[in-house]
Amino acid sequence: MTDRYQTFTTTPLGKTLVKNLGLPDPTPLPRWTEGSPVIDGPVVFGAIGETDAGKAVQALLRDIGAAFSTVTEGVASSTIRPKAIVFDATGATSTADLTSLQRFFSPVVRQLAPAGRVIVVGRTPELASSPEQHIAQRALEGFTRSLGKEVKRGATVNLVYVAPDAHEQLDSTLRFFLSPKSAYVDGQVARIGTGPLVSNDPSRPLAGRTALVTGAARGIGASIADILARDGATIIGVDVPQNADPLRKVISKIGGTELLLDVTAVDAAQRIAAHAQEQHGGLDIIVHNAGITRDRRLVNMRTDAWDAVLDVNLRAPERITKHLVESGALRDGGSIIGVSSMAGIAGNNGQTNYATSKAGVIGLVQALAPALAERQIRINAVAPGFIETEMTAKIPFTIREVGRRINSLQQGGLPIDVAETIAWFADPASAGVTGNVVRVCGQSMLGA
Amino acid sequence: MTEPRKVAVVAGNRIPFARQDKTYRHASNSDMLTAALNGLVDRTGLGGQEVGEVVAGAVLKHARDWNMVREVVLGSKLAPTTPAYDIQQACGTGLEAAILVGNKIALGQIDAGIAGGVDTASDAPLAVNDRLRNVLLDLNRAKTYPDRLKVLARVRPKDVVPEIPRNAEPRTGKSMGDHAALTALEWGITREAQDELAYNSHINLAKSYDRGFQNDLITPYLGLEKDQNLRPDTTLEKLAKLRTAYGKGETATMTAGNSTPLTDGASAVLLSTDEWAQEHGLRPLAYLTHSQTAAVDYVKGAEGLLMAPAYAVPRMLARAGISLQDFDYYEIHEAFASQVLSTLKAWEDPIFCKERLGLDAPLGEIDRAKLNVNGSSLAAGHPFAATGGRIVAALAKQLDENGGGRGLISICAAGGQGVVAILEK
Repeated sequence: MTDRYQTFTTTPLGKTLVKNLGLPDPTPLPRWTEGSPVIDGPVVFGAIGETDAGKAVQALLRDIGAAFSTVTEGVASSTIRPKAIVFDATGATSTADLTSLQRFFSPVVRQLAPAGRVIVVGRTPELASSPEQHIAQRALEGFTRSLGKEVKRGATVNLVYVAPDAHEQLDSTLRFFLSPKSAYVDGQVARIGTGPLVSNDPSRPLAGRTALVTGAARGIGASIADILARDGATIIGVDVPQNADPLRKVISKIGGTELLLDVTAVDAAQRIAAHAQEQHGGLDIIVHNAGITRDRRLVNMRTDAWDAVLDVNLRAPERITKHLVESGALRDGGSIIGVSSMAGIAGNNGQTNYATSKAGVIGLVQALAPALAERQIRINAVAPGFIETEMTAKIPFTIREVGRRINSLQQGGLPIDVAETIAWFADPASAGVTGNVVRVCGQSMLGA
Repeated sequence: MTEPRKVAVVAGNRIPFARQDKTYRHASNSDMLTAALNGLVDRTGLGGQEVGEVVAGAVLKHARDWNMVREVVLGSKLAPTTPAYDIQQACGTGLEAAILVGNKIALGQIDAGIAGGVDTASDAPLAVNDRLRNVLLDLNRAKTYPDRLKVLARVRPKDVVPEIPRNAEPRTGKSMGDHAALTALEWGITREAQDELAYNSHINLAKSYDRGFQNDLITPYLGLEKDQNLRPDTTLEKLAKLRTAYGKGETATMTAGNSTPLTDGASAVLLSTDEWAQEHGLRPLAYLTHSQTAAVDYVKGAEGLLMAPAYAVPRMLARAGISLQDFDYYEIHEAFASQVLSTLKAWEDPIFCKERLGLDAPLGEIDRAKLNVNGSSLAAGHPFAATGGRIVAALAKQLDENGGGRGLISICAAGGQGVVAILEK
C-alpha cells in the first residue's frame, strides 16, 4: 500500500503546495536494515545528577559506538545536529528538578536531526522513594507526550520508566527506542522492572528460540514472522486452512513449520502445544496476532459478528495462553505478546466488538503479568494505530486519509513497525519488560 | 410394549450410476427410481404385492415431484396400495431411509419396507429467480387487466436468468469440495494418499464386477451395464497427473480423480423381519443393528463440513459396546478421498478424540484391507440420495458371502451432517 499523498509531497509541485497551503508534510521514516548501526549519528546526553540509570545509558552508548557528548544544563552545542537526545531524569526527586527539563531541552531540541530520537529515562512513579519524587516522575509523561507533538520531521519522543535497581535492564529497550526499529512508536511510555540479566548477541537476539505467530500468512503477521526469524527465531506459523498457500510462502522463505488451524477450535491450544513439543521441543515466544474485524454499530450488530470477533481476538489468546503456560509447552523465560489496538484504548465508532476484544487483550496482559513473572515469563502487548495493510487499503479514501494524518508523524505505519516492537518484547534481554502495552501509532490523537 | 424385532436386509438393487450429462441425461428422478425399484421387485418376486412402506428421496428435486416416491410406486410393479413418502437428508438420504424403514419394522409397525434414493445432476430443476417468481405470483393475484399489466411492467431482462441449483453450502457459499480441501489441509492429507485411496476404489469395484459380485445388485438401464465412472485401467501415475480442482496454489491436493464426480442414478433396498422374508421365499443377508446421526458447527469454521461421521461413529460404538476395530468391513462413503482420510486420521488422533469427542483414548487405526472392499463412490460415482442404498445392499451381500461378520457404514452429508449404521450377521 503506497501513500500517494506522501509521494506527492516530495515532488516539486507537491513541495510548493504543501509549503504555501500549510498541508501536512510527512517526513519519510527510515527503517532499520540488517547490518546497520543502532543509531546513525551523534547522541546528546543530559542528566539530573549522576545516577545508576545515567551510567547505564552512557555505557550502552559507548557499547553501540555512538558518538555522544554530555551536555550540562542550559548549554547546547550549536555545531552538532544530534540524531538522538537522551535525558536521564531518574535523579529528579521533587518538582523543583523539573526546571531542568526546560533548561536542558529548549536549546538542544532545535538541533535534532530529521527522524531523530528523544528518550527521557525516569523512575517508575509508583516505585518512587517519596511522594515528592513520585509527583516529579509522573510529571515527565506530560512533558514527553507534548514534546512528541512539537518535534517535526519524523522525530519521536518516548519515556522509559525504570524501576529501582533495574538500570541494568535498560539495554534492549534503549537500543529499540534509539534505532529506526521504533520509527512509528511515538509518545509512548515503557516500564522496565527488575529481572535476570541476559546477555545475548544483539544482532541475533532470538537465536535458539522458537516463536509461535498466529495469523502469520499475511499482513502484519507475515512481517512479524519475518522479523522474528531475522532475529534468529525458529517460527511456527499458524493460520486457518484457507490461508494455507500464503502461509507456505511466508514459511518457506524463512524456514520453520506451518500449523493450519483455526485458533477458535476447541482443541487449538492442545494442537499448538503438541506441535511445538513434537517439532521443536517446546516454545519460547507466543505472538497472538490472529485477528478479525466485523464492524457494525451496536444497534445493528449481529450475534455471530459479535461472537466471532471476541472468539478470535480475545478468547482464543486467553485460552491458548493458559494452556501453553500450564502445560509447560511455553518454557520458563518465555515471552507472550498480545496484539491490542488503538480502538481498544480509544474506542471506535462501529467497533464495539473489536474494541471490547482489544481492550480485553490489555486486560490479559495486566492480569497475567504478575503471576507469570514467577516463571520469568513476560507478557506485553502492542497496540497498532493506522498501519498500511491490505485491510486498511480497503477503508474508504477520506476516512483512510484522516486515519493516516491525525498523528504526530502525519503518516500511517508499516507492518514492520509492529513487528519490530514485538521483536523488542520477544528479546530475552528485555527480561525486565513485562505488563507493558505500547502503541505503535505515530502518537495518534485518538486515545492518546 | 414388545421387544424390538430384528431388521433384516433381504435384497438390494440399483441401476448403474452414470456420469452427469451422459447416458441418463434425459432420465428423470422418477424414471430412474422406478427402474431401480422394478428391478428389485422382479428379483424378489414381489410383483403386484404390497409392502409396508416405500421410503426414498432425492436431493435435487423438481417442485412438481412433491410426492415423488408415492408417484413412483404407482408407476411401479408394486401393488398400488403400497404407502410411500419422501425424505431428504442430503447425501445421508438413502441410509436414513433404510434406518426409518428399519425402525418401523423393529417396532412392529410394518413387516417389510423398501428404502431408496435417487438423484440426477443432469435433469436438474431450474427455477425462475425470486424476483420473477414474485412478479408471477402477483400476476396471478391481480384481478383486472390494468392491474395485470402493471405487474407485468415490473419484469426486467435480468429476471429471465434462471436459478441453477448450486453444489454449495447456503451458509458459507463454498462448494463442498472447497470445504473438504480445508479439512484436508488441517489434517495434512497428502495428494499421494488421496490418489491411492481413489486407485483402490477403482480396482476394488472393477474386481467386484469381474467376480460377478454386482450381478444381483444391479439392473442395467438405458443400455448401461456398469458404472460409467469406473476406470478399471487407471493407475497411480495417471491419477498423479490430474490438475487440482479444489484449493489453491501449491498446497492444493484434491483433483477430479480423488473427488467424486456429479452422477445420475438410483438404488433401492428391501428390509423385513425374518418371518416375512421366509414367507416370501427370501432370506436375510444381514441385519441392521445400530444407527446414529450427528451434526457439526462448520459455519464458524471450528469443524470441517464433512467431519460429522467422525462424531457419529464413536457415539454409536459406545451404544453398541464395541470398538472401532471390531469390524470385518468398513464402508466409508468416499465423497472425497480426503474426507475418508481426514476421518480416519481424526480417529487416530489423541487430541481430536480427547478434546472434540471427549474420549479418554483415541479410537485408533483400522485395518485398511477391510475398507471399501468392493469399491466406493470414487469409482462408482455418487448420485447423492442413491449412495446409501448402494452401500447397504453391497455390504449386506458381502457379509452374507463372508458367512457372517460386522460392517460399519459411514456417510457424510451437506449441512455438516453424518449418518452411520452397523450391519451384522
